[in-house]
Formats: sequence, structure tokens, C-alpha cells
Amino acid sequence: MFAYTGRILHVELTNQTTRIQRVDEDFLKKYVGGVSLAARLAYDNTPKGAGPLGPENALCFATSAFGGTIVPVGNKYGVAAKSPLTGFLGDCLSTSYFAAVIKRAGYDGIVIKGKAEKPTYIFIDDDVVQFKDAAHLWGMETFQTEEAIRGEMGDELVRSCTIGPAGEKLVLFANITNDRGRQAGRCGLGAVMGSKLLKAIAIRGSNPVQVADPDRLCAMALELGQSAQGTKTEKYRTLGTVANVLSLNRMGVLPTRNFQEGVFEAAEKVSGEYMHEHYTDKAVACAGCPIACEQVVSVKDGMYKGARTSVDYESLFALGTSCGLDYFPGIIKAIELCDRLGMDTMSCGVTISWAMECFERGILTKEDFDGLEPYFGNHQAEAALIEKISRREGIGDLLAQGVKRASEKVGQGSEHFAMHVKGLEFAGYDVRGLQTFALGAAVGTRGPCHNRSLAYEADTHGEVDRFSAGPEKGKIAKEKEEFAALLDTLMLCKFIRGCFKDLYEEAAQLYTLTTGIEMTAEELKQVAERCWNLKKAFNIREGWTKDDDWLPPRFLEDPIPAGTSKGYVVKPEDLRVMIDAYYKARGWTLEGLIPKEKLIALGLEDLAPEIGV
Amino acid sequence: MPYQYIICDPDKCTGCQECELACSVTKHGMFNPLLSRIRNVRIEPVVMLSVACKLCEDPPCVISCPRKALSQDPETGIILVDEDLCDGCGWCIEACDFGAILLNPATKRVEICDLCADEDEPQCVKFCSKEALYLATPEVVAQRARRDAVTKLLQELVAS
Repeated sequence: MFAYTGRILHVELTNQTTRIQRVDEDFLKKYVGGVSLAARLAYDNTPKGAGPLGPENALCFATSAFGGTIVPVGNKYGVAAKSPLTGFLGDCLSTSYFAAVIKRAGYDGIVIKGKAEKPTYIFIDDDVVQFKDAAHLWGMETFQTEEAIRGEMGDELVRSCTIGPAGEKLVLFANITNDRGRQAGRCGLGAVMGSKLLKAIAIRGSNPVQVADPDRLCAMALELGQSAQGTKTEKYRTLGTVANVLSLNRMGVLPTRNFQEGVFEAAEKVSGEYMHEHYTDKAVACAGCPIACEQVVSVKDGMYKGARTSVDYESLFALGTSCGLDYFPGIIKAIELCDRLGMDTMSCGVTISWAMECFERGILTKEDFDGLEPYFGNHQAEAALIEKISRREGIGDLLAQGVKRASEKVGQGSEHFAMHVKGLEFAGYDVRGLQTFALGAAVGTRGPCHNRSLAYEADTHGEVDRFSAGPEKGKIAKEKEEFAALLDTLMLCKFIRGCFKDLYEEAAQLYTLTTGIEMTAEELKQVAERCWNLKKAFNIREGWTKDDDWLPPRFLEDPIPAGTSKGYVVKPEDLRVMIDAYYKARGWTLEGLIPKEKLIALGLEDLAPEIGV
Repeated sequence: MPYQYIICDPDKCTGCQECELACSVTKHGMFNPLLSRIRNVRIEPVVMLSVACKLCEDPPCVISCPRKALSQDPETGIILVDEDLCDGCGWCIEACDFGAILLNPATKRVEICDLCADEDEPQCVKFCSKEALYLATPEVVAQRARRDAVTKLLQELVAS
């Protein structure tokens, strides 16, 4: 077997035991790796109806065929578990050294179940797994934890994924952090780790990764690496994803003040261009990446002097424009706090912007906020709220549950502007002016996500009329989901997607050269479709119904007030038509369920009894 | 004539580690940073630099070897390792100020960058996407540094 190890490590925290599950080439070819493999492991190891924060919820990591090889942007891992935010499958991915080291330690995946008796971290040293006391790490921030573990091991090749104080306190959108600032960000998997009293997973891997055809693989990798210096990745290499700020603002879909508006009057001051000029220190790369998109920034003076973090568009929109912040250092500080405390910047920002709107509308008062006055733009209140959330202190305890639960508790019409689907807070695109993505966001298995549904691309790149909502969008949304699912399964970073002439063909070739397993473009298409259906099946097993695929009321009822998308809403009847067309394009029933024939066609017939077909 | 060796420009290095993978696959046919003769140092968040043998004059590694397993090729400056004599004792590793010597955990012999003597060019340089790595003599490195310093100092004049 090349590239894969054929081994899944199972760790049981309750009684501190481990075992190895062997998987064969057929299984690996079917699920490939990453999100797809992690989803399969989660499906198999988490019993139906398990509490997301209970010991039965299996936290499943998966690397891929490309991990640890020279294939550019291939050092990624998928991680999945039942999400405490959505109650459905929470599938995430993250990048860099930690992904490669899982493979080099000898594993294609790691499944963690149970609950430790006291704060614990596990140290995987190739074949040896140790359960270590984490009392001295409990309460520590993410980066600190990583450094502390590396320090006590005395080996800088030890790589860890960790949770911060937010994960320990079960903030429902706590994340998992690795390699300083790389995060499995969404769906609250950090809270799942925290519920197991698992502070970190530290790994040292010393095994080489062997591939089937090193010469030809290196030649292809070199070519991809070179084309990744060209125009197709220019945006990522120069400004990073924050280049989106001005372009989305021009399109009138830059979420502003909790999605009340699509144009931010101070967009220039929070743009990628402005950041580059004033705050960027360096663009750095994840392990194995020729692009280097990560913009490391720091604040040189003023009240936030010394704040330092990496800034991506999604963090910037959520903690910045959606909270009405026009003071860039305030945004940097907010992102840094979330990163250090171990929280998803997106869910945190969208939840705080909901709270700010509640404050401005008088639904929540200064007393409710423990004396803070979080009007839009108040960066000091925002920073204070982030800290309160991470400690679940005062109002932080309410906000730590995410915007869905918080708005249900507060009521008074605040559900109208609680910007989530299925309990996951929205990504940074106002779908009233991006109607293909309106569909993608409504039907996404983990919630409204630009990474799982690239449907926004059809809108922003002018592939379709972004204001029209017709049944033709169903097929487009399906295809955009599958393109993303393939990248998330092969574990190739989406930022290189423009460098492929034909992703399916070239990826099949890369896969075969790496693993020695014959793979065709057609088969890869099926891998992607299987991945999506598998995730959907997980959700169906957990009680998903058609009503879960919908959008927050604001998008359906409040027209965008100004800018180039002025006047638009997502009309409920249009959304219904698009969703029905999407189910049809997927080969699902009118109720959005997977029929048995579809499961059989995808080789997933073993799921049939549990999802009632 | 001073020797050429692998230089890394820290401003261009992004810490991607591709040099390590290119080296290990070239020399061993497999991917493993632990088998690479060039190693990337990453001090988060922004300090990054790859380090390989600097082909020193009067190399301490050669001097330190108790078994005379190491020698310097007078023409290229490359440190040659006699695999029969080397017993992996590691004194050369301690003697090297740059941490540029690898002890292969499988063979228990040391390995040192030979500038890819069997290839048309050093493969780490070839695979460095950001062109942070290049082959040069100390004189050329100094020339570049002088030029950068003078350009910075006299920016206005240079531009005009």
C-alpha cells in the first residue's frame, strides 16, 4: 500500500485503551480521505441520537492520500463529529504540519471516544499512545498550550492540536487549533473535545511516506507549484482572502451590521488593501503549500499595540463589518482573542453582531450586558464580550450558545435577525444579492457555508445572473457542492482550484501516482457525490427534515436597503422552487430524503436501515 | 575559489517545507523531513529559514570526526562521507554550528548536502516555489546584501 497506512487508531478515553482498525484499499478508494473519510468514521462510531457533548460522540480525524507528500496544498486533515451547534454532522478541515504528522505516525485516521476522568492530553509517538495529565495546561490559551507541550517534549517536531479556554468551557462554537492559528473552525468541535476533557492531541511521526511513482508525481507537483505562482492564485498571494472586502462591497453583499445592509460605508478602512499597507508583516504558508496566503498582521501603535494574528476575510467580516467596526486594530484584536481563546471567529462575530442589534433595538439593555454598551462599532465592548463568552461569564453564557439558542431564549422578535441555518452562523455573503448561494446556504449539510458550497462563485464570477432564482440553480448548486466535496476529500486546498484545467482528470492522475490505486475522473465524481450523501445520511439519521433547509427570516423579508443589490430579498416561493430542483438534481425524494436506489448506486446501501429506507 | 552553497532568503521563505520533501525524495525516494539534508526552521509567526551545509573552509565536521570518515572535496567543497568509516557517533553534528548534518535513523550514518551532485541542479532550489533558495558563493551573497543596503540607503537617487 502506498501513501496510505491502512490503519485507523481508536482511542477510548474513559478506560484509556487503544486499538488499531485495519482498512483495505477498497475502503480507502471509496472514501479517499479528509472530510469523506472522517464523515464515514463519524457515522460508524457515533450511535444514533448521541449527545454531541456526551462520551458517545466520536471525534474523528482523517488525513488523506496526499498528506506528507510533495503534492502542493495536500497537507490537510478532516475532522468530524456530531456538532453541538447543529445537532447534525459537523465536518471541518484544517491544514499544515499536524496533518502530515498524523500520516507519518502511521495513521490514516484517529477516532476518539469516551470521556477522560480528568483533564488529559494524548501523546501519539508513532505506535505508542500515552494518556498524559493536562492539569497544568487546563485554562491555557491555544498557542500557549502548543508551545508548552512542545517544550515539555523537548522536540519541535511534536505537533499538536489543542483547545483553548472556550473549548474547556463548552462554548458551542469553540474550535480546534493546530500549528498556531490553523483551525478546524466551525461547528463547535472544540466543545466536543472539551466535553471529553481532552486538552490536546500531540503527535510525533517519524515514518516516511512512500508513493507509487515518485518521479512522475514530483514532476506534476513541480508544475502545479509553478502554476500556483501565476494569476490564478494572485489574490491569495498578495492580499489574501481579505481582497473580498471591496469586491463584495461593490456588489452590495458585504454583510454589514448584522446583515442589515450590504454596503459598508467604511469598507476602504477595513479592506485588504488597507490592511496590506498598514498591518501586514508577512504572508506565510502552511506546510507543503506553494501559495502562502496567510497574512500575518500586527498592530504597531495605539490601544491595541502588540496585537498580532492572521486575518482572513471570514474573520474580518464577522468580527468587523458585521459588528460595524471601522477601526482595523479593533478587528485584529478581536480575531487574536478568538484565536487565542479557541473560538470560531465567524460564529462568534455573527452572534455578537446579533447581540449588538438587540442592544440598539432595546431588546437587551446595558444591564443585560453587565454594564457594557455594545452598539455597532464599539470594538472595546466587542473585545470584552469575546472574553466573557470564552469564560461563559454573565451575558457570555447566553452568547456562548450561538445565535440560534440565544435568540430563542431572548425572543422579542430577535429570531428574525438571528443569522443562522441549522444553528450554524452565516458565512460572509449576503445571499439576497447572491441567489445561487441562497440555495447553497439553505441546503448545506453543516449549515450555511461558503467552503462546502462554492455556489457563491457562480454568482460572484458572473457565471449566472446573481439576482435570479430559478430551478436551473438546483443543478448548479449540486455541482458546486461536489467540486468542494472532492477538494475536501482529496484534501487539496481550495485556493489552488484555479490552477487545474480539469480538476477531476488531474486529481485522478495525482491520486493514482500517489497511491498506485487506479482512479478515474468518473470515479472521483462518484467519490464526491458519495461524500455528500454520506453527510446527508448522518443528518437524516439524526432527525433532519425538509424544514431544516431554509433561510433566516431577514433574508426572506427585509430588502437590502442600498447599493447595487438594493431592493432584493430571497422570495420564499423562489427558494422553495430552487430547493425542490436541487433535491431533484440530487436524485432525492421531494421531501429531500435519499431513496434506496441512490444509496445502492453510491455503494452506501449499508446505511439504508438506519435512515429508514 | 570559495565554494557555492545553498542560501535561503528569509524574506522570501514562507516556511512551506517543500525543500525538505524534495530533498528526501531525491536522496531516498520517499517523503520525510527526518531524511532531509536541508531543514526548515520556523519560529512562529514570521521567522522562517531553511538551513543546509554551508561548505565551510576548514570544516569543523571534518576536523571533529574521530574515524576520518569525513573529507572535503577540494574542487567543489562538498563534504564527502565514507559510509564504511562512519559509525554514526554524531560528533560532526555537535561540531556543526548550523545543524546542517543529518543522522539517518535507518542507516545510522550521517548525510550532508552534496548540492545534488547526481542531478542537474539542487532539487530544493528547483522545488522552492518562492525562489527563496539559491546557489551562491559567500562573495555573491555579500554583493547582494551590499546592493540591497545601498539601494535602501539611497532610495531616492536609485529611483531617479
